[in-house]
Amino acid sequence: MDRVFRVCCPAVVAETSTQNARTRRFRFNWVDSFLWFIRISAIIAIVVGLTGTIQNFLDGQGPTVEQWRDLFVSSISTGAMYGLVALGYSMVYGVLGFINFAHGEVFMSGIMVGWIAAMLLFENGLWDANPFISLAIVLLVAMFTSTLIAVLTEKIAYRPLRGSPRLIPLITSIGVSFFLQYAFAGLFGVGLQTYPAPPGILSEDINVFGVPIEGTKLLVIAVAILAMVALWYFVTKTKTGRAMRAVAEDKEIAGLMGINVDRTIVTTFAVGGAMAGVGGLLWALLFRNVQFITGFLPGIKAFTAAVLGGIGNLPGAMLGGVFLGLFEGMGPLLVLDGLGIPAVSQLKDAVAFSALILVLIFRPTGLLGERLGSEDRA
Amino acid sequence: MKKKMSMRLTAALGALALVAAACGGGVDFEAGDLGAVTVEDGESIQIRSLQVITGPDATLGIPEERAVRLAVADFGQIFGHDVEVGTGLDDLCSADGGQAAAQTIVADDQVVGVIGTSCSGAATAAMPLISQDGMVMISGSNTSPALTSDLQGTAGSDYHEGYYRTAHNDLIQGAAAANFMFRELGLANVALIHDGDPYTQGLTSAFQAAFEALGGTITVHTSIPKGTTDAAPVLTEVAGTNPEGVFMPIFIAEATAIAQQKGNVAGLEEVTFMGADGILSPAFIEEVPESAGFYFSGPDLRFGENTNEATDVNAAGFLAAYDAEYNEAPTAPFWAHAYDATTMLLMAIKAVAVEDGDRLHIDRRALRDELDKISGFSGIIGTINCDDFGDCGAAKITVIHNVDNVYSNATENVVFSYVPEG
Repeated sequence: MDRVFRVCCPAVVAETSTQNARTRRFRFNWVDSFLWFIRISAIIAIVVGLTGTIQNFLDGQGPTVEQWRDLFVSSISTGAMYGLVALGYSMVYGVLGFINFAHGEVFMSGIMVGWIAAMLLFENGLWDANPFISLAIVLLVAMFTSTLIAVLTEKIAYRPLRGSPRLIPLITSIGVSFFLQYAFAGLFGVGLQTYPAPPGILSEDINVFGVPIEGTKLLVIAVAILAMVALWYFVTKTKTGRAMRAVAEDKEIAGLMGINVDRTIVTTFAVGGAMAGVGGLLWALLFRNVQFITGFLPGIKAFTAAVLGGIGNLPGAMLGGVFLGLFEGMGPLLVLDGLGIPAVSQLKDAVAFSALILVLIFRPTGLLGERLGSEDRA
Repeated sequence: MKKKMSMRLTAALGALALVAAACGGGVDFEAGDLGAVTVEDGESIQIRSLQVITGPDATLGIPEERAVRLAVADFGQIFGHDVEVGTGLDDLCSADGGQAAAQTIVADDQVVGVIGTSCSGAATAAMPLISQDGMVMISGSNTSPALTSDLQGTAGSDYHEGYYRTAHNDLIQGAAAANFMFRELGLANVALIHDGDPYTQGLTSAFQAAFEALGGTITVHTSIPKGTTDAAPVLTEVAGTNPEGVFMPIFIAEATAIAQQKGNVAGLEEVTFMGADGILSPAFIEEVPESAGFYFSGPDLRFGENTNEATDVNAAGFLAAYDAEYNEAPTAPFWAHAYDATTMLLMAIKAVAVEDGDRLHIDRRALRDELDKISGFSGIIGTINCDDFGDCGAAKITVIHNVDNVYSNATENVVFSYVPEG
């Protein structure tokens, strides 16, 4: 902002900057104390809400231990799914410095095409006879679709805009997002497509250290952890991963060092798309329904998770996803219910996004984020 | 001087008017305070269909739009003029959709009336525009009490003149569902889930009033916002209050999420689930196997030999024509209501239209008066009587039980019927 002013009209800048200097100390204090006021009232509200809920629990009201446990597990598994999608936002941001809003649709495309595979397997009877092979096939189909869509998006929509100001690919990504939504609406219709119920073996409870956990959720968490470990290995230990980090650090210098920047960027999109495809399988296991707008809200949530964890930071994206899942799943019942607010579940999304604001007020760079240089700020 | 001028002007205008009247065939037609539509020779009478025809709730609106078209075809011409429905408009089952479509409709001043909307939420936003423009709107499936009255003579908060419906008022449906759960099933503690839409909220509120009057307890009155896919939090909230039954008059997408995920929440195994007419559709009963065991309240769908007096068509005749035209059975129960609504509108137009040579004048005020007067009209849904606030539908509600996930079996499996006293 400052720089633009300085280029175009120095006189104005001089005036405002003297004004700023005069009022800075006073204004700074005011904003700062307001932020402290929010911080303190948030802490008070959370403490009072928690106490109220614990009080209710001791009085035998509200959910039982078993119900709390189930909610906790389902929130974590939803969060793990958000985390996988968030990786795509974070990686693209790290390398290109813009938010790819079409990533939610990349995620949706995997679920949609995976649904065709799931229905074929279900009709053949393989779905129940051989659940893990079936899920592996659906996973491959979803990953392939999402990767393909992500790479095509990069080639068609973003590469011609390389080098233009960051706002331009950002707005393009919104256009791509609408294009993909309505392309899928045209191909699949606007109704809900429902995956077949998870194979019997998954709907039973599995004991983990004496705690029964629903098989589907356990699988979701396990797959998310595996995918994360694989990604971590890829980014830190392989040559391509090192190239990606180099490009994220500085595109020009990386190019001078002999790294093929364009190919590395495509790889970034491909890996992000593949992670979204894995997330798509998890969505199918958890919620089973898919529609052309399915990618929108989870996309926004995953973006939130990426910011929550510290955008550009991969473990941060995963952690942000899990935190967001916990906040939105448990927050309403755990905190708002204790404050005596009626019908708390409808505030799920409000809680999720307030959590983002609160985390950013306490830690402006996100949970694991580092302070970015002014060059890297979008 | 000025007075003289104006007198002369009046005289000249009067003479002109006389000449015009003489040339026009001599009919003395004077438009009422809402104005009139004049249909020229060879032109069609314009009505519109405004239903939800895309999105997950399209199963509700598509059969309604088709019923409108079939009714127009069955009714035939009015004084030598065709009736044209035009492109079907979409209410998107939301306030935004209803308002946008209403703006399109009122922009065309040849439109006489609208059959719609499908969803009450869309009607609350569409009706102010339609009413202000002097048009009428008859809905086949709006049921929110706010759109008409509390049935005790007080207008609802969203009532506007010119609004009519052949669907029931949800005060009756709420009372029917409450009576069924309390008296028939013997449940004293029930949780309510709406989705924030006026239809769902109106129905849960009506249920709560009736259920508490009977002596029951509402354990929690909560909401699953539209678009929610993760039902675990709301189901845990509900399970935490230990209800014996859940009444959830919501739409298909969210009801599907609840039905599929309720098995994962401890404490809901023995709970009885009941929905309403928003999910009374093959898209829920047949496509979602977990809906087995659900009860549904809704209009009495046993139409039998009821015949629409304007077109001489009964349910069997309509369904045969529907199948011949669209190759499937209707996906929601309100086709009959939309069919009757359309014939009501066409009958009223026919009654008030003034022939003027080859032209036709339709006075908007007279049309409203004509619809207000409807009483004892026999339709497919039964006898139709309009009250002062536009409630014209049959007041009988039935409860059905889904046992085997077959839609036609479920609609025949009537376990309770309810007609308000008095």
